[in-house]
Amino acid sequence: MNGWKLGEDWAELMRAAISGDANAYRRFLVSVTPSLRSMARHRCRSAGASESDVEDIVQEVLLAIHLKRDTWEQSRPIGPWIAAIVRNKFIDALRRRGRQTAVPIEDVMDTLGIEHEDAHVSHREIDRLLMQLKRQQREIVQSISIDGGSVRETADKLHMSEGAVRVALHRGLKALAALYRGPHHEDRESH
Amino acid sequence: MKTENLIELIVQDSAPRWSFGRIVWHATVYGVIAAAGVFFLGVGFRSDISSALRSVRFLFKVLVALTLAVGAIGAVFRIGRPDAALERWSWVLAVVPAVLVCAVGLELVAVPEASWMGYLVGHNARFCLTLIPLLAIGPLIFLIMALRLGATTKPKLAGALAGLSASGIAATFYTFNCTDDSPLFVATWYSIATFIVVVVGYFAGDRLLRW
Repeated sequence: MNGWKLGEDWAELMRAAISGDANAYRRFLVSVTPSLRSMARHRCRSAGASESDVEDIVQEVLLAIHLKRDTWEQSRPIGPWIAAIVRNKFIDALRRRGRQTAVPIEDVMDTLGIEHEDAHVSHREIDRLLMQLKRQQREIVQSISIDGGSVRETADKLHMSEGAVRVALHRGLKALAALYRGPHHEDRESH
Repeated sequence: MKTENLIELIVQDSAPRWSFGRIVWHATVYGVIAAAGVFFLGVGFRSDISSALRSVRFLFKVLVALTLAVGAIGAVFRIGRPDAALERWSWVLAVVPAVLVCAVGLELVAVPEASWMGYLVGHNARFCLTLIPLLAIGPLIFLIMALRLGATTKPKLAGALAGLSASGIAATFYTFNCTDDSPLFVATWYSIATFIVVVVGYFAGDRLLRW
Protein backbone atom coordinates (compact mmCIF):
# COMPACT_ATOMS: atom_id res chain seq x y z
CA MET A 1 0.00 0.00 0.00
CA ASN A 2 1.52 3.33 -1.00
CA GLY A 3 -0.13 5.17 1.89
CA TRP A 4 2.16 3.42 4.37
CA LYS A 5 5.50 4.90 3.40
CA LEU A 6 6.06 6.18 6.91
CA GLY A 7 5.57 2.71 8.39
CA GLU A 8 9.11 2.62 9.74
CA ASP A 9 8.75 5.86 11.71
CA TRP A 10 5.34 4.86 12.98
CA ALA A 11 6.70 1.66 14.47
CA GLU A 12 9.44 3.60 16.25
CA LEU A 13 7.01 6.20 17.57
CA MET A 14 4.57 3.55 18.72
CA ARG A 15 7.30 1.62 20.52
CA ALA A 16 8.25 4.80 22.37
CA ALA A 17 4.58 5.49 23.05
CA ILE A 18 3.98 2.07 24.55
CA SER A 19 6.93 2.53 26.87
CA GLY A 20 5.29 5.72 28.13
CA ASP A 21 6.49 8.58 25.88
CA ALA A 22 3.40 10.80 25.50
CA ASN A 23 5.01 13.11 22.96
CA ALA A 24 5.94 10.22 20.71
CA TYR A 25 2.37 8.97 21.03
CA ARG A 26 0.98 12.35 20.02
CA ARG A 27 3.32 12.50 17.02
CA PHE A 28 2.30 8.99 16.01
CA LEU A 29 -1.41 9.77 16.14
CA VAL A 30 -1.06 13.10 14.36
CA SER A 31 1.07 11.55 11.64
CA VAL A 32 -1.20 8.54 11.08
CA THR A 33 -4.43 10.57 10.92
CA PRO A 34 -4.07 12.00 7.37
CA SER A 35 -3.55 8.49 6.00
CA LEU A 36 -6.59 7.24 7.89
CA ARG A 37 -8.58 10.17 6.54
CA SER A 38 -7.69 9.56 2.92
CA MET A 39 -8.44 5.85 3.29
CA ALA A 40 -11.77 6.70 4.93
CA ARG A 41 -12.64 9.13 2.14
CA HIS A 42 -11.76 6.57 -0.50
CA ARG A 43 -13.78 3.83 1.18
CA CYS A 44 -16.80 6.08 1.80
CA ARG A 45 -16.83 7.06 -1.87
CA SER A 46 -16.63 3.54 -3.15
CA ALA A 47 -19.31 2.41 -0.67
CA GLY A 48 -21.56 5.31 -1.55
CA ALA A 49 -21.50 6.65 2.01
CA SER A 50 -21.67 10.33 2.79
CA GLU A 51 -18.54 12.48 2.82
CA SER A 52 -19.59 13.79 6.22
CA ASP A 53 -19.05 10.33 7.72
CA VAL A 54 -15.33 10.39 6.96
CA GLU A 55 -14.20 12.19 10.10
CA ASP A 56 -16.49 10.10 12.32
CA ILE A 57 -14.86 6.94 11.00
CA VAL A 58 -11.38 8.41 11.44
CA GLN A 59 -12.19 9.13 15.08
CA GLU A 60 -13.56 5.66 15.65
CA VAL A 61 -10.41 4.14 14.15
CA LEU A 62 -8.13 6.33 16.28
CA LEU A 63 -9.97 5.21 19.38
CA ALA A 64 -9.64 1.55 18.34
CA ILE A 65 -5.91 1.96 17.64
CA HIS A 66 -5.53 3.44 21.10
CA LEU A 67 -7.50 0.81 23.01
CA LYS A 68 -6.02 -2.12 21.10
CA ARG A 69 -2.42 -0.91 20.79
CA ASP A 70 -1.16 -3.74 22.98
CA THR A 71 -2.14 -6.28 20.37
CA TRP A 72 0.63 -4.95 18.13
CA GLU A 73 3.68 -7.17 18.41
CA GLN A 74 6.61 -4.81 18.50
CA SER A 75 8.84 -7.05 16.42
CA ARG A 76 6.35 -6.95 13.55
CA PRO A 77 5.72 -4.21 10.99
CA ILE A 78 3.03 -1.82 12.18
CA GLY A 79 1.50 -1.10 8.74
CA PRO A 80 -0.42 -4.38 8.41
CA TRP A 81 -1.59 -4.04 12.02
CA ILE A 82 -3.02 -0.57 11.39
CA ALA A 83 -4.51 -1.73 8.11
CA ALA A 84 -6.27 -4.62 9.84
CA ILE A 85 -7.79 -2.32 12.47
CA VAL A 86 -8.88 0.11 9.78
CA ARG A 87 -10.47 -2.65 7.73
CA ASN A 88 -12.34 -4.05 10.72
CA LYS A 89 -13.67 -0.64 11.76
CA PHE A 90 -14.65 0.37 8.22
CA ILE A 91 -16.66 -2.78 7.70
CA ASP A 92 -18.50 -2.10 10.97
CA ALA A 93 -19.02 1.59 10.35
CA LEU A 94 -20.28 1.19 6.80
CA ARG A 95 -22.59 -1.66 7.73
CA ARG A 96 -24.05 0.47 10.51
CA ARG A 97 -24.58 3.37 8.16
CA GLY A 98 -26.29 1.04 5.72
CA ARG A 99 -28.67 0.08 8.48
CA GLN A 100 -29.24 3.65 9.50
CA THR A 101 -30.48 4.77 6.11
CA ALA A 102 -33.88 3.43 7.15
CA VAL A 103 -33.89 6.06 9.91
CA PRO A 104 -34.10 9.61 8.58
CA ILE A 105 -30.75 10.96 9.71
CA GLU A 106 -32.03 14.56 9.59
CA ASP A 107 -34.25 13.84 12.57
CA VAL A 108 -31.26 12.89 14.65
CA MET A 109 -29.32 15.88 13.43
CA ASP A 110 -32.21 18.22 14.27
CA THR A 111 -32.45 17.08 17.85
CA LEU A 112 -28.71 17.41 18.13
CA GLY A 113 -28.90 20.91 16.81
CA ILE A 114 -31.44 21.87 19.43
CA GLU A 115 -29.43 20.31 22.21
CA HIS A 116 -26.22 22.11 21.35
CA GLU A 117 -27.40 25.34 19.86
CA ASP A 118 -24.62 27.32 21.40
CA ALA A 119 -21.99 24.61 21.34
CA HIS A 120 -18.84 25.65 19.55
CA VAL A 121 -17.87 22.09 18.68
CA SER A 122 -18.87 20.42 15.45
CA HIS A 123 -21.66 17.84 15.65
CA ARG A 124 -19.82 14.62 15.29
CA GLU A 125 -20.99 11.13 16.09
CA ILE A 126 -18.63 11.17 19.05
CA ASP A 127 -20.48 14.13 20.58
CA ARG A 128 -23.77 12.30 20.36
CA LEU A 129 -22.17 9.24 21.99
CA LEU A 130 -20.58 11.36 24.71
CA MET A 131 -24.07 12.26 25.89
CA GLN A 132 -24.62 8.59 26.72
CA LEU A 133 -21.62 8.32 29.03
CA LYS A 134 -21.94 8.41 32.78
CA ARG A 135 -21.97 11.99 34.02
CA GLN A 136 -18.56 11.91 35.66
CA GLN A 137 -16.86 10.21 32.71
CA ARG A 138 -18.44 12.74 30.38
CA GLU A 139 -17.27 15.67 32.49
CA ILE A 140 -13.74 14.36 32.52
CA VAL A 141 -13.67 13.62 28.80
CA GLN A 142 -15.08 17.04 28.00
CA SER A 143 -12.81 18.85 30.39
CA ILE A 144 -9.72 17.32 28.83
CA SER A 145 -10.79 17.39 25.18
CA ILE A 146 -12.55 20.74 24.97
CA ASP A 147 -10.77 22.79 27.60
CA GLY A 148 -7.48 21.09 26.83
CA GLY A 149 -6.66 20.46 30.47
CA SER A 150 -4.25 17.83 31.70
CA VAL A 151 -5.28 15.01 34.01
CA ARG A 152 -3.95 16.94 36.99
CA GLU A 153 -5.81 20.14 36.12
CA THR A 154 -9.00 18.17 35.59
CA ALA A 155 -8.53 16.45 38.94
CA ASP A 156 -8.14 19.81 40.68
CA LYS A 157 -11.13 21.25 38.89
CA LEU A 158 -13.43 18.35 39.75
CA HIS A 159 -12.00 17.83 43.26
CA MET A 160 -10.93 14.30 42.46
CA SER A 161 -7.67 12.43 42.84
CA GLU A 162 -5.47 12.14 39.78
CA GLY A 163 -5.77 8.38 39.88
CA ALA A 164 -9.57 8.53 39.90
CA VAL A 165 -9.52 10.84 36.86
CA ARG A 166 -7.15 8.48 35.05
CA VAL A 167 -9.41 5.50 35.71
CA ALA A 168 -12.55 7.39 34.72
CA LEU A 169 -10.92 8.66 31.54
CA HIS A 170 -9.85 5.17 30.55
CA ARG A 171 -13.30 3.74 31.28
CA GLY A 172 -14.90 6.61 29.42
CA LEU A 173 -12.84 5.89 26.30
CA LYS A 174 -13.68 2.19 26.50
CA ALA A 175 -17.36 3.02 26.91
CA LEU A 176 -17.19 5.34 23.89
CA ALA A 177 -15.66 2.59 21.77
CA ALA A 178 -18.47 0.25 22.87
CA LEU A 179 -21.10 2.88 22.05
CA TYR A 180 -19.75 3.20 18.52
CA ARG A 181 -20.68 -0.42 17.98
CA GLY A 182 -24.24 0.56 18.76
CA PRO A 183 -26.89 -0.81 21.10
CA HIS A 184 -27.01 -4.11 19.25
CA HIS A 185 -23.45 -5.07 20.06
CA GLU A 186 -23.08 -3.10 23.21
CA ASP A 187 -21.52 -5.15 25.95
CA ARG A 188 -21.80 -4.03 29.50
CA GLU A 189 -18.14 -3.72 30.21
CA SER A 190 -17.45 -3.06 33.82
CA HIS A 191 -13.68 -3.12 33.84
CA MET B 1 -15.22 17.08 19.15
CA LYS B 2 -12.49 17.76 16.65
CA THR B 3 -10.08 15.00 15.78
CA GLU B 4 -7.14 16.94 17.24
CA ASN B 5 -9.01 17.17 20.54
CA LEU B 6 -9.66 13.44 20.48
CA ILE B 7 -5.94 12.82 19.92
CA GLU B 8 -5.12 14.98 22.94
CA LEU B 9 -7.67 13.05 24.96
CA ILE B 10 -6.16 9.72 23.91
CA VAL B 11 -2.63 10.86 24.73
CA GLN B 12 -3.78 11.73 28.27
CA ASP B 13 -5.00 8.17 28.82
CA SER B 14 -1.69 6.69 29.87
CA ALA B 15 -3.00 3.85 32.03
CA PRO B 16 -0.28 1.23 32.39
CA ARG B 17 -1.10 -1.78 30.31
CA TRP B 18 -0.23 -5.40 29.79
CA SER B 19 0.83 -6.69 26.40
CA PHE B 20 -1.66 -9.05 24.85
CA GLY B 21 0.84 -11.91 25.03
CA ARG B 22 1.18 -11.47 28.77
CA ILE B 23 -2.61 -11.47 29.14
CA VAL B 24 -2.94 -14.79 27.28
CA TRP B 25 -0.14 -16.30 29.35
CA HIS B 26 -1.92 -15.43 32.55
CA ALA B 27 -5.26 -16.66 31.23
CA THR B 28 -3.63 -19.97 30.33
CA VAL B 29 -2.07 -20.39 33.76
CA TYR B 30 -5.34 -19.52 35.52
CA GLY B 31 -7.21 -21.89 33.23
CA VAL B 32 -4.84 -24.75 34.01
CA ILE B 33 -5.18 -24.03 37.73
CA ALA B 34 -8.98 -24.02 37.43
CA ALA B 35 -8.97 -27.33 35.55
CA ALA B 36 -6.47 -28.80 38.06
CA GLY B 37 -8.76 -27.73 40.90
CA VAL B 38 -11.74 -29.51 39.38
CA PHE B 39 -9.58 -32.55 38.60
CA PHE B 40 -8.10 -32.99 42.07
CA LEU B 41 -11.28 -32.13 43.95
CA GLY B 42 -13.84 -33.95 41.84
CA VAL B 43 -12.22 -36.32 39.33
CA GLY B 44 -8.93 -37.79 40.55
CA PHE B 45 -6.43 -40.30 39.17
CA ARG B 46 -7.38 -43.74 37.88
CA SER B 47 -6.56 -46.43 40.42
CA ASP B 48 -3.96 -48.13 38.19
CA ILE B 49 -2.09 -44.92 37.37
CA SER B 50 1.37 -46.33 38.21
CA SER B 51 1.08 -49.21 35.76
CA ALA B 52 -0.63 -46.97 33.21
CA LEU B 53 2.43 -44.74 33.15
CA ARG B 54 4.32 -47.66 31.58
CA SER B 55 1.74 -48.31 28.88
CA VAL B 56 2.40 -46.96 25.39
CA ARG B 57 -1.28 -46.50 24.68
CA PHE B 58 -1.72 -44.36 27.80
CA LEU B 59 1.34 -42.22 27.11
CA PHE B 60 0.23 -41.74 23.53
CA LYS B 61 -3.16 -40.54 24.74
CA VAL B 62 -1.56 -38.00 27.09
CA LEU B 63 0.78 -36.81 24.36
CA VAL B 64 -2.05 -36.26 21.86
CA ALA B 65 -4.10 -34.25 24.37
CA LEU B 66 -1.05 -32.20 25.34
CA THR B 67 -0.18 -31.48 21.71
CA LEU B 68 -3.73 -30.31 21.11
CA ALA B 69 -3.52 -27.97 24.12
CA VAL B 70 -0.15 -26.50 23.14
CA GLY B 71 -1.06 -26.04 19.48
CA ALA B 72 -4.41 -24.44 20.20
CA ILE B 73 -3.07 -22.10 22.90
CA GLY B 74 -0.28 -21.06 20.53
CA ALA B 75 -2.93 -20.25 17.95
CA VAL B 76 -4.89 -18.20 20.52
CA PHE B 77 -1.79 -16.01 21.03
CA ARG B 78 -1.94 -15.18 17.33
CA ILE B 79 -5.67 -15.05 16.58
CA GLY B 80 -6.21 -12.34 19.21
CA ARG B 81 -4.28 -9.85 17.11
CA PRO B 82 -5.86 -8.06 14.16
CA ASP B 83 -2.97 -8.91 11.84
CA ALA B 84 -3.16 -12.55 12.87
CA ALA B 85 -1.40 -15.27 10.97
CA LEU B 86 -1.59 -18.69 12.58
CA GLU B 87 1.69 -19.78 11.00
CA ARG B 88 3.25 -22.87 12.53
CA TRP B 89 0.42 -23.33 15.00
CA SER B 90 -1.96 -24.52 12.33
CA TRP B 91 0.64 -27.21 11.54
CA VAL B 92 0.83 -28.31 15.14
CA LEU B 93 -2.97 -28.52 15.17
CA ALA B 94 -3.03 -30.50 11.93
CA VAL B 95 -0.62 -33.03 13.46
CA VAL B 96 -3.20 -34.05 16.10
CA PRO B 97 -5.86 -35.61 13.86
CA ALA B 98 -3.17 -37.02 11.56
CA VAL B 99 -1.42 -38.80 14.44
CA LEU B 100 -4.77 -40.01 15.76
CA VAL B 101 -5.69 -41.53 12.40
CA CYS B 102 -2.32 -43.31 12.23
CA ALA B 103 -2.78 -44.65 15.76
CA VAL B 104 -6.25 -45.91 14.91
CA GLY B 105 -4.76 -47.70 11.89
CA LEU B 106 -2.08 -49.36 14.03
CA GLU B 107 -4.67 -50.34 16.62
CA LEU B 108 -6.85 -51.96 13.96
CA VAL B 109 -3.85 -54.05 12.88
CA ALA B 110 -2.80 -54.88 16.44
CA VAL B 111 -6.08 -56.07 17.91
CA PRO B 112 -8.43 -58.73 16.49
CA GLU B 113 -11.50 -57.52 14.68
CA ALA B 114 -13.79 -59.10 17.25
CA SER B 115 -12.67 -56.68 19.99
CA TRP B 116 -12.77 -53.50 17.91
CA MET B 117 -16.24 -52.55 19.06
CA GLY B 118 -15.42 -53.29 22.68
CA TYR B 119 -12.42 -50.97 22.60
CA LEU B 120 -14.34 -48.28 20.78
CA VAL B 121 -17.27 -48.24 23.18
CA GLY B 122 -15.03 -48.62 26.22
CA HIS B 123 -16.29 -48.10 29.75
CA ASN B 124 -16.10 -44.36 30.24
CA ALA B 125 -17.80 -42.79 27.23
CA ARG B 126 -20.34 -40.99 29.37
CA PHE B 127 -17.67 -39.67 31.77
CA CYS B 128 -15.54 -38.59 28.83
CA LEU B 129 -18.39 -36.59 27.34
CA THR B 130 -19.26 -34.88 30.63
CA LEU B 131 -15.90 -34.51 32.41
CA ILE B 132 -13.97 -33.00 29.49
CA PRO B 133 -16.51 -30.19 29.01
CA LEU B 134 -16.67 -29.74 32.79
CA LEU B 135 -12.88 -29.47 33.12
CA ALA B 136 -12.87 -27.11 30.13
CA ILE B 137 -15.23 -24.52 31.63
CA GLY B 138 -12.53 -22.68 33.61
CA PRO B 139 -9.92 -22.50 30.86
CA LEU B 140 -12.57 -21.46 28.32
CA ILE B 141 -13.78 -18.58 30.48
CA PHE B 142 -10.25 -17.29 31.10
CA LEU B 143 -9.22 -17.57 27.45
CA ILE B 144 -12.37 -15.82 26.20
CA MET B 145 -11.76 -13.06 28.74
CA ALA B 146 -8.20 -12.71 27.45
CA LEU B 147 -9.36 -12.60 23.84
CA ARG B 148 -11.83 -9.87 24.73
CA LEU B 149 -8.83 -7.72 25.63
CA GLY B 150 -7.33 -8.56 22.26
CA ALA B 151 -8.59 -7.51 18.86
CA THR B 152 -9.45 -10.46 16.71
CA THR B 153 -10.85 -9.92 13.26
CA LYS B 154 -12.27 -13.46 13.29
CA PRO B 155 -14.45 -13.71 16.43
CA LYS B 156 -15.95 -17.11 15.66
CA LEU B 157 -12.62 -18.73 14.79
CA ALA B 158 -11.02 -17.13 17.84
CA GLY B 159 -13.79 -18.46 20.07
CA ALA B 160 -13.49 -21.92 18.53
CA LEU B 161 -9.72 -21.90 19.12
CA ALA B 162 -10.30 -20.89 22.74
CA GLY B 163 -12.66 -23.87 22.97
CA LEU B 164 -10.06 -26.13 21.39
CA SER B 165 -7.42 -24.91 23.85
CA ALA B 166 -9.77 -25.40 26.78
CA SER B 167 -10.64 -28.93 25.70
CA GLY B 168 -6.94 -29.66 25.13
CA ILE B 169 -6.20 -28.66 28.73
CA ALA B 170 -9.29 -30.55 29.96
CA ALA B 171 -8.46 -33.69 27.98
CA THR B 172 -4.87 -33.68 29.25
CA PHE B 173 -6.16 -33.84 32.81
CA TYR B 174 -8.92 -36.29 31.98
CA THR B 175 -6.48 -38.79 30.43
CA PHE B 176 -5.17 -39.43 33.94
CA ASN B 177 -8.64 -40.49 35.08
CA CYS B 178 -9.92 -42.37 32.06
CA THR B 179 -9.01 -46.07 31.84
CA ASP B 180 -9.88 -46.44 28.17
CA ASP B 181 -6.54 -46.12 26.44
CA SER B 182 -7.33 -47.53 23.01
CA PRO B 183 -6.87 -45.05 20.16
CA LEU B 184 -10.28 -46.26 18.96
CA PHE B 185 -11.84 -44.84 22.12
CA VAL B 186 -9.77 -41.66 22.12
CA ALA B 187 -10.43 -40.86 18.48
CA THR B 188 -14.17 -41.30 18.99
CA TRP B 189 -15.13 -39.96 22.41
CA TYR B 190 -12.40 -37.42 23.05
CA SER B 191 -13.15 -35.94 19.64
CA ILE B 192 -16.86 -35.65 20.36
CA ALA B 193 -16.17 -34.03 23.75
CA THR B 194 -13.72 -31.62 22.13
CA PHE B 195 -16.24 -30.80 19.45
CA ILE B 196 -18.82 -29.87 22.10
CA VAL B 197 -16.42 -27.41 23.74
CA VAL B 198 -15.34 -25.99 20.37
CA VAL B 199 -18.97 -25.31 19.44
CA VAL B 200 -19.55 -23.52 22.74
CA GLY B 201 -16.41 -21.45 22.10
CA TYR B 202 -17.52 -20.68 18.56
CA PHE B 203 -20.81 -19.16 19.70
CA ALA B 204 -19.22 -17.42 22.69
CA GLY B 205 -16.69 -15.88 20.32
CA ASP B 206 -19.40 -14.71 17.96
CA ARG B 207 -21.18 -12.97 20.82
CA LEU B 208 -18.30 -11.74 22.96
CA LEU B 209 -15.28 -11.09 20.77
CA ARG B 210 -16.42 -8.23 18.56
CA TRP B 211 -14.85 -4.88 19.27
